[in-house]
Amino acid sequence: MTASTSSYALEVVNLKKAFGGLTVTQNVSLSIRPGERRLIIGPNGAGKTTLFNQISGDLRPNSGAIRLFGSDITHLPPHRRAHFGLSRTYQIITLFSGDTLEHNITLGLLGLRPARWQMWRPLSFYRDIAAEARRTLDAVGLLQLAAHPISDIAYGERRRVELAMALVQKPRVLLLDEPLAGLSNTERSTVKSLISSIPRETTVIMIEHDMDTALDLAETVTLLNYGRVIVDGERDAVIADERTREVYLGT
Amino acid sequence: MKWIGAALLAGSLLLPPIFAGDFYVNLASQILIAAIFALSLNLLVGFGGMTSLGHASYLGVAAYISALLTSRYGFGHGAAAFLSIAGTTAMAAFFGVIALRASGLGFLMITLALSQVLWGLAYRISNVTNGDNGIAGLTRPAPFGISLDSPISFYWFALIVATFALAMMTIFVSSAFGSSLKGVRDQPRRMAALGFNPWLIRWFTFVYAGFWGGVSGLLYVYYHKYIHPTSLSTTSSAEALLGVIAGGSGTLGGPAVGAALVLLLKNYVSAYLERWNMLLGLVFLFIVLVMPTGIVPGVSSLTARLRGEPR
Repeated sequence: MTASTSSYALEVVNLKKAFGGLTVTQNVSLSIRPGERRLIIGPNGAGKTTLFNQISGDLRPNSGAIRLFGSDITHLPPHRRAHFGLSRTYQIITLFSGDTLEHNITLGLLGLRPARWQMWRPLSFYRDIAAEARRTLDAVGLLQLAAHPISDIAYGERRRVELAMALVQKPRVLLLDEPLAGLSNTERSTVKSLISSIPRETTVIMIEHDMDTALDLAETVTLLNYGRVIVDGERDAVIADERTREVYLGT
Repeated sequence: MKWIGAALLAGSLLLPPIFAGDFYVNLASQILIAAIFALSLNLLVGFGGMTSLGHASYLGVAAYISALLTSRYGFGHGAAAFLSIAGTTAMAAFFGVIALRASGLGFLMITLALSQVLWGLAYRISNVTNGDNGIAGLTRPAPFGISLDSPISFYWFALIVATFALAMMTIFVSSAFGSSLKGVRDQPRRMAALGFNPWLIRWFTFVYAGFWGGVSGLLYVYYHKYIHPTSLSTTSSAEALLGVIAGGSGTLGGPAVGAALVLLLKNYVSAYLERWNMLLGLVFLFIVLVMPTGIVPGVSSLTARLRGEPR
């Protein structure tokens, strides 16, 4: 691991990944500045989630490098990346459905603390963890449901828990995989305002399938198609680009 | 309601030595030993989501180490007990590294294979283990000068150890680490993304379960004063697993109830029916069909329903 000063929060360099004969990531390079709001768009099967899975460590790339604030994390297991300040959410909601909302958020906090190895003290011993979990639930407007199990709450609320679980970790880089998927209009605007209130210390990279829904949250946009970066740059320039129209409207 | 349950439990644990004959006191001791063993397996199966078919390895190896050290090499019971538990725990640490390369069915197959190797060795290296004859003529320890040779004194000894074991395992699963373990059982990928090391969490649990498996093995060999390769067999692993699932995996009381059920069936029914395994199978089938989550969760939800509570 080479730690050096870098002007980028996240750098992806020539990343390649293939499943058998199917290339899902082809020479993808991204450079994302600290505090940036980056939107990654592309049609179904463009390789967006596969790219996220490589950044978070769930998948190993065939070649290329991933750097977080200048540190090479390409070969680190997912849990080590979390301690480097990387958090993510999932397109398919991945929560602890039998546990309460508060416990779900608590796990987000516990993951980064030495207390996760504590074998004789109950979790309830750590009052500060519980207090912070409840603060975060309050921030996403779910405090009144804190004691309910996830299986009791609605889909839109689960989306917010999914987000809160990552936010509570105060990540330096946050990967959001379709945080607006399947939401109604009102729920969507709730989650959008939550995302826009994320502090600037956190760099946000967000996948959206539908480019209109999340465009106003983004400063820069990367368009992926067939595992390749098609267009990359400032939001308005990407929207205006002819290749973007081609991908989205067809020719 | 809780108090009635606790009183009944305390009664059933404290009364046998006073009222019952030797046969029942001995049966109660065996149930306590089987309960410790099942509880330790439950750490893996119920709380860790790691279904093992080789847990008898820890019971058997601890028993063999103690038997060999005391009968052959002239060790005292104290040193033999220490070395037996330490050796078994070290073995769990090593086996854990091998078995945890896989999860699910792969994990189950590796634990099965490792336990088969030990079982085979116990038969084969007969110049050490006495092979199929087993090691007989063992003695019970006398902690603080108190002889454990009578059924009643042994029962009290087993009860103290079992209570301590239950307390320690309860603390373990209720701890912050216990939350990490249950999280890794339910959503390993998410847990890794949150900063937990799933492998290491599983490995620690595997070692801890091996430790308590070893403790039950030590009690087992003290009780029987005899050890035979069958205690290392897949059958004894499977019986314990059956008890855990029948009683309710992932609960603290369930495995103890399940272990008691298996042992009672074995001891009572085998007197009347040669194929007691068949009846065990039927009982197990009945439990799985009627109370899929096991006896303890099944009964508690039933009583809740009878008293008109929601859920």
